Amino acid sequence: MSEATVTPPSAGDARPPIIGPGHTFGTVTDKISAVVLSRRPPRWWFVGLAISFSFTMVLLYAVSYLIVKGIGIWGVNIPVGWGFDIINFVWWIGIGHAGTLISAILLLLRQEWRTSINRFAEAMTLFAVACAGMFPILHLGRPWLFYWLLPYPNTMAIWPQFRSPLMWDVFAVSTYATVSLMFWFVGLIPDLATLRDRSRSRIGRAVYGMLAMGWRGSALHWHRYETAYLLLAGLSTPLVVSVHTIVSFDFAVGLIPGWHATIFPPYFVAGAIYAGFAMVMTLAIPLRRAYGLEDFITMRHLDNMSRVMLATGLVVAYGYMMEAFMAWYSANTYEEYMISNRFHGPYAWVYWSLMVCNVLAVQGIWFQRVRQSVPALFVISMFVNFGMWFERFIIVVTSLHRDFLPSSWGMYYPTVWDFATFFGTIGLFMSLLFLFLRFLPMISIFEMRTLVPEADVKEEPA
Amino acid sequence: MTRPLTHGLMAEFTEPNELIAAVRATRAAGYTHVDVYTPYPIEEVSEALHLKRSGLPLLVLIGGIIGCTAGFGLQYWAATMAYPINVGGRPFNSWPAFLPITFETTVLVAALFAVLGMLALNGLPMPYHPVFNVPRFALASRDRFFLCIEATDPQFDREGTRRFLERQVPREVSEVDH
Repeated sequence: MSEATVTPPSAGDARPPIIGPGHTFGTVTDKISAVVLSRRPPRWWFVGLAISFSFTMVLLYAVSYLIVKGIGIWGVNIPVGWGFDIINFVWWIGIGHAGTLISAILLLLRQEWRTSINRFAEAMTLFAVACAGMFPILHLGRPWLFYWLLPYPNTMAIWPQFRSPLMWDVFAVSTYATVSLMFWFVGLIPDLATLRDRSRSRIGRAVYGMLAMGWRGSALHWHRYETAYLLLAGLSTPLVVSVHTIVSFDFAVGLIPGWHATIFPPYFVAGAIYAGFAMVMTLAIPLRRAYGLEDFITMRHLDNMSRVMLATGLVVAYGYMMEAFMAWYSANTYEEYMISNRFHGPYAWVYWSLMVCNVLAVQGIWFQRVRQSVPALFVISMFVNFGMWFERFIIVVTSLHRDFLPSSWGMYYPTVWDFATFFGTIGLFMSLLFLFLRFLPMISIFEMRTLVPEADVKEEPA
Repeated sequence: MTRPLTHGLMAEFTEPNELIAAVRATRAAGYTHVDVYTPYPIEEVSEALHLKRSGLPLLVLIGGIIGCTAGFGLQYWAATMAYPINVGGRPFNSWPAFLPITFETTVLVAALFAVLGMLALNGLPMPYHPVFNVPRFALASRDRFFLCIEATDPQFDREGTRRFLERQVPREVSEVDH
């Protein structure tokens, strides 16, 4: 991962700047806050929200039916007890990881280009984690009893089994959601104060005023604020690595061939960052166009993000290679069968699609012409979005459907309800994103102010 | 002590370098009850104000230690005393299996301490503050820099301080009402 985040320093190279020329404190503030404070959002915003919201309604319907009927409406059964629900859980939570990586790790590495993408990447993290968290709970069978997973004194006098990776998941995901929310909100406080001071509507002033909590930009406050922000970044960095490590333990601690591998934690973490950066690109490319933010999210950003994608994509490709190598090297019949089943079995088409999406498509990024082409980057990032979903399908389904005894082999066929729930969460994710774009600044205004030329302080002997 | 008639005097600057020079001059003139309001954090201002290192890191360390001991303690107690389950003869206190959750609770409590500690030390949320009575102060969250010498300062003198601030070539000096 460190190889992914180290980019050459900006000085002296011919790469595009991280902020367009001619910007001042005022123009940066006005341009970003105008999106929120304008009276009417653009028409495509209404269209987008309407489509996303109808998918959210599909989710509501699918979940209600699930609660009435039970998880028999899904395609999961023995031997494939984990289907779309766990695939989608891992897919969504992986997407979330880029937000934390951009906001925390790139902050600690002093990568200034993170500034214009960290806010919406963090929002993306939150919404992705919200979608992810739903799936394991729905998969419980009796989702209304999910709180039994939490350690609390109860009349049944029982306690959770803390040795189980599924309990680790509960703690990892809930901690991750809480810390991401706090990180995001702390970053928002000064910008909420800007909106409070600039909003012309009474409701706007009241709501942003309450959320800004009386922030007034005092030097002493900034001093503590920056310390808190750095500490949070320092805490989030190991946290984000731990979350996907623990998600990979859900598999790696099990004994099924295809799951029981020590490479899983690093391979999952790299995959998460890969998927997350792909999603950030997928969202950033249309957004910068729609809101005319090419000055703030420049080609430099797209170039840097694509490099991170390439680096993590290579780690993931190494993971696939090692899975195949270890299957051969272990000389274990079941491991060997697992990999040959992936190559030639009934789900081979998913495996080869995964290879095309995750290993082949990303190789284009080696070429500068591709890195400078916005449509090409968009297409590659879409490939990766699909590819990472296929990857989880391969891990979950092909490992389970043919394990040790041929008498317990079976096939997994998702039902319409599996698809409805999955597309429904995409709708929920997009609806939340559209609302976020409308009501909160999608780029951190105060951090952008530090990047304009006006902010350069002359060195003076004290 | 009687309440001063005004909160203080506030000078507005358009440029960070002017502000930093003014802060240095203010400190050199011996004023101590000084606050500076900027649209983004400026390290040089903190230095010029001689701000002490904040106690926040210590608070976060304490939070982390609480989270770590409480997280491990909960698991140890549940697995060995409250609800011991014999899994294949393995020890009840199978501590390596407790580490992932211990790590998560450490980070969780430390992060809570960082955020709530920062807000508490800053006295936020604060529903009312006199500086907002200056109409132009709304620009402090956009592109202007403000320096306020508070009336509680032992050296504060309405006329003298105003003359002092005007010598720093601000855009404007205004009085901050309560």
